[in-house]
Amino acid sequence: MKNIFLYLLILIPLAGAVAAMLGNSARRISLLAAGANLALAVLLLAGFNSPSDDPFRYRAAIAVLPALDLKLLVGVDGLGMMMVLLATIVTVCAVQLSPEVKDREGAFFACLLFISAGCIGAFVSLDLFFFYAFHELALIPTFLLIGIWGHGERLAAAWKITIYLALGSFILLLGLVALYLAIPAEHRTFDLTKLYALQAQLAQNSGASLVPVEKQGWIFLTLLSGFGILISLFPFHTWAPQGYAAAPTPASMLHAGVLKKFGLFGLLRVAYPLLPEGAQACSKVLLVLLVGNILYVGLVTIAQKKLDLLLGYSSVMHMGYIFLGLASLNIIGQSGAALLLFAHGLSVAALFAVMGILRDRLDTTRLEDFGGLARTMPLLSLFFGMALFASIGLPGFANFAAETMIFFGAFGADSLSVKSVFDFTPLQWTVLAGLWGVVISAVYMLRAYRRIFFGPLPDTLKSPPDLTAAQRWPFLVLIAGLLVVGFYPRLLVDVIKPGLQPTQPATPARVGVAQR
Amino acid sequence: MNPIYLEASVVVFGLVLLMAEAFLPRVDKRTFGWLGVAGLLLVLVLSFFVTAPTEAAPWQRFYAFDSAAMFYKRFALVTTILVLVMAVEYVPTLQKYLASATPGAGVGEFLCLPIFACAGLMWMASAIDFAMIFVSLELVTISFYILVTYTRRNPNSLEAGVKYLILGALSTGFLVYGITWVYGLTGHTSLAKIGPALLALQGQDTAIFFSFALILVGLGFKVAAVPFQLWVPDVYQGAPTPVTAFLSVGSKAAGFIVLLRVLDVFLGVPAIVGKIGLTLVVGAAATLIYGNFAAMPQVNFKRLLAYSSIAHAGYLLVAITSVLPHPGSTNPPVPFGETIAFYLAGYLLMTLLSFIIVIVVANQSPGDDIAHFNGLSRRSPFLAFALLIAMASLAGVPFTVGFFGKFFVFASALAGGQWLLIGIGALSVACGFYYYLKVVRAMYFQPVAAGADAAIELGGPTKAIIALLAGLILFLGIFPAPALDLYHASVKPAVALAK
Repeated sequence: MKNIFLYLLILIPLAGAVAAMLGNSARRISLLAAGANLALAVLLLAGFNSPSDDPFRYRAAIAVLPALDLKLLVGVDGLGMMMVLLATIVTVCAVQLSPEVKDREGAFFACLLFISAGCIGAFVSLDLFFFYAFHELALIPTFLLIGIWGHGERLAAAWKITIYLALGSFILLLGLVALYLAIPAEHRTFDLTKLYALQAQLAQNSGASLVPVEKQGWIFLTLLSGFGILISLFPFHTWAPQGYAAAPTPASMLHAGVLKKFGLFGLLRVAYPLLPEGAQACSKVLLVLLVGNILYVGLVTIAQKKLDLLLGYSSVMHMGYIFLGLASLNIIGQSGAALLLFAHGLSVAALFAVMGILRDRLDTTRLEDFGGLARTMPLLSLFFGMALFASIGLPGFANFAAETMIFFGAFGADSLSVKSVFDFTPLQWTVLAGLWGVVISAVYMLRAYRRIFFGPLPDTLKSPPDLTAAQRWPFLVLIAGLLVVGFYPRLLVDVIKPGLQPTQPATPARVGVAQR
Repeated sequence: MNPIYLEASVVVFGLVLLMAEAFLPRVDKRTFGWLGVAGLLLVLVLSFFVTAPTEAAPWQRFYAFDSAAMFYKRFALVTTILVLVMAVEYVPTLQKYLASATPGAGVGEFLCLPIFACAGLMWMASAIDFAMIFVSLELVTISFYILVTYTRRNPNSLEAGVKYLILGALSTGFLVYGITWVYGLTGHTSLAKIGPALLALQGQDTAIFFSFALILVGLGFKVAAVPFQLWVPDVYQGAPTPVTAFLSVGSKAAGFIVLLRVLDVFLGVPAIVGKIGLTLVVGAAATLIYGNFAAMPQVNFKRLLAYSSIAHAGYLLVAITSVLPHPGSTNPPVPFGETIAFYLAGYLLMTLLSFIIVIVVANQSPGDDIAHFNGLSRRSPFLAFALLIAMASLAGVPFTVGFFGKFFVFASALAGGQWLLIGIGALSVACGFYYYLKVVRAMYFQPVAAGADAAIELGGPTKAIIALLAGLILFLGIFPAPALDLYHASVKPAVALAK
C-alpha cells in the first residue's frame, strides 16, 4: 500500500476525535487535527496537477469482503480533491469558531471531527458501499450535537433531521443496491473505477450502456429522491432550516457547508455518469423541483423573521442553482455546479458563523431585535457583508463565477437556434425562472443586512464586543477562498473538468433540437 | 473428535456443576457462574477441533454435521457464555426476590440451567429429524419455563412465566400436530426422506400446505413473528433480564435454524411454493410493521427491546422471502443461509450488549424504564458510549455490524424483487431510528433524576466483556468477512446425510 495519504485524511480526524474525548484540552487537539488535515489536503492538491492518464490519483485499496468485490478503495479526481479541500477548510474554521463549550467539551469536538471524517471519507471513496457508509457516519453525531448543545427547539429539530436523513439514506441505499443489481451479473462490482471503465468500453464498442436503458429511469429517480432528501431538494427540504437553526454554530457550518454537498457530489459521481439515459428521462421532474427550490423556497425565505431560519432557507434555496447546473447535462453547467458546491460551502459557513456569533453575544436571532450593530461590531459587519455578497452572487466572488457558468451552460447549448421565446426548451424556461432567484436572494439578504447592522442601535443591545483576535482568521480564510476562486475560477475549474468530461451522455437529446 | 461429544460434554458439565453446587454450600454461588463460563469456553475451543466421522453412523440419520450446524452450535455457546456473565451480574437483583432462610439458595440453579438450554440449542442446530427437532426444542423450552418464572416473588415474573408456559405449550401442540400430519402423509420423520416422499404425493397439496402451516405456527412462536408475538412484550419485561436476553437471542436463532431446515424440504414441492411465499411475505410485512410501530411508544427498556426483537424477526423473514422464485426477474433465487447467519451473529452482539448494560444500570437504579437511563452519560460515560454503539447498530448505522446485516437482507430482497417488503422496510428503518435514538436521548440529553445520580460501579470482567462486544460490533461493521468465513469455514467434508 503505497498511497496512505487519503486514509490519513480520514484517520486524522478520527484519531483527533478519540483524543479529544479522552484528553483534557479538546479544543486544541481538534484544532490540531483539523489543521493537520487541511495542510495534508493542500499538499495533495499541490501534487495533483502532475500529468497522469488516470483521472483518480492517490489510489489505494484494502480488501474487505472479497466475495462481493467489496474493498475500502480510495482515490480522488479533481472533483473529489476540491470537496476534500472544502471539507478541511470548513472543519478548521468550524472548530476555531466554536463557542465556548461548558458541558462535555470533549464529546462536542469529537462529534464535529466525526462529521468531518465522514464527509472526507465519502468524498474520497471510490467504492459505492463505503461512499454511502461514510456519509452515514455523520448521522449520529449530528443528532447528538443538536440534541445536547443545540438551541431553541433542539429536541424536535434533532429528531426531525435524524429521521429525515435516515429515511433519505435508506432510499439512497436502495437506489445504490438496485444500480448494483441492474448491472449484468458478470460485471457486478461496487468499484466505481471499474464501472466507469466498463461503461466507457461498452459505449465505445457497441453504444450500449452498462445499466439497461429501461431500468435507468427508475433507478435514477430512486437515487434522486435519496440524494434529494439529503440535499434538501424541494419538497423534501423542511428538515434543513429548522435543523440548522437549532444546531450549534460549528455543526450548522459543517452540515450546510459540507455534509449537504454529499448528495450533489453523489449525483455527479454516481448517478449522472452511470445512468445518462435515466438522467435524461428524469430531467423534467428535476426541473420542476428545482424551480420549487429557487422560487418557492426563495419566497419563503423573504418571509422569515429570524436570522437563523433565514440563512437555513437561503441555503436550501441555493441548492436549486446547483441542481440547475446538473440538469443542464453539459460540461459547462456541471462544472459550474461543482464550482458552486465549493463556493456555497464557504459562503454559507461564513454566514452561519456570523449568525452564531450574534446569537452568542446578543441571545437573540429575531431580526427586529437587531439594529445599528455596524457601529459596535465593524469587523463582523464587514465579514457578514462579504459573505452575503458572495451568497447573492456578486461579481468577484466564486459564487458569481459558478452561477454564471450554470446559467450559460443551461441556457447556452442551443441558444443560437432559438428565434423567439416560444422556441424555448423547458430547460431554458427554467433558467429564466431561476434568474429571478438572484433578485429574491438580493432582497432578503440586503434587507437582513440593513436590519442588523444599520439604523438606530436599540438600548437593549448592551454594546457587544467585536470579533476577538482568534475569531478573525477563520473569516479571513473563508472570504479569501471565495475571492481567490472568484477572480481566478480556472484554478479549480481546470482541476474539476477532466473528471467530469467522460461522464457526459454520448448524445444529449437536445442536440436534436439544435439541428432542427 | 466426533461432533456429538460437544453436546454430551455440555450436558455432563451442567450436571456436574449442579451436583457441585448442591454439595458445596459454603462456596460463593457466583463461582459456579464463572465456572460455567469457563467450561463452555472450553467446549467452544473444542468445537474447532471436531472432524467429520469417516464412516456413516446410525446417529447421522437425525444429526447433521454441516456448516450451518457448526455455526449455530458456536452461536449457542457464545450466547450462553454471555448470558451466564449477565446472570452473575444479576445475582443481587435475583436475591431480592428469592428471600429464604438460607442465603444464596436457588442462585446456583439459576446459573446452571442455561447450560442445559444451551445443549438443547446445540442439538437443534444439528437436528434433521422431526423427532430430534421436537426433543431438542422441548429441552430448550422447558429450561426456559423454569428460568422465566425464576424470580417467583415478583408478580411480573410470575405473569410472564404463566403466559410463556401456556402459549409455549400451545405452540408446541401446533408443531407436533404438524409433524403428525407430515408423518401421516409420508410415513417418515427424517427431513431427508420427507422431501422425496412429498414430491411423490399426487393431489395432496392442501394437506402438505396444511402441515407446513401448522409447523410454521410452532416456529413462528419461537422466532416471535406476527401473529404469534403476543407473548413477547410481557414475557420479556417480566422475566429476569439474563433470561430475557437468552430468549431473545437463543430462542430466535434456534427457531430460525429449524425454519431453514424445514423450508428447505417444503420449498422442494413446486405445487405449494407460491402459497408458502405468500404466507412468508405477509408474515414478514406484518412483523415489520407491528414490531416497529409498536416499539415507538414504549417507555420500558426491556419492552422496547422486546418489540425490537419482533422487528428484527421481520428483517430476518424478509431475507428468507428472497429465496422464493419470483416471476419477472432474471436473478436466480438468493441463498439466504449466509445472510441469516450473519444477521443473527450481529443481532447476538448488539442485543446481548444492550441487555448487559440494562442489568448493570438497573442494579444501581430504581428500575429498567428508559427514564432510568436519563443522564447515563454523566453517571458512566463508558456505559453510555457502549449503549450508544449498540443502539446505532440496532438502528443500522454504517460501520456497525447491524448495518451490514440490513445491507445483506435488503440486497437479497432487491435481488428477489420483493418490492412491497422493501417499501415497508424503508419505513421500518426510519421508525427504528426513532425508538433506538430515544434511548440515546435519555442517556445524553436528559438530566439525571434527583437522588439517582450516583456514578455506576462496574466490575472488571463485565467491563472487559462490554468493551469486547462493542469492539466486535465496530470491527464486524468494517470487516464482515471473518464472521462469514466462520460460517463457511466450518464446512468440513460433509458426511452423507441419512439415506
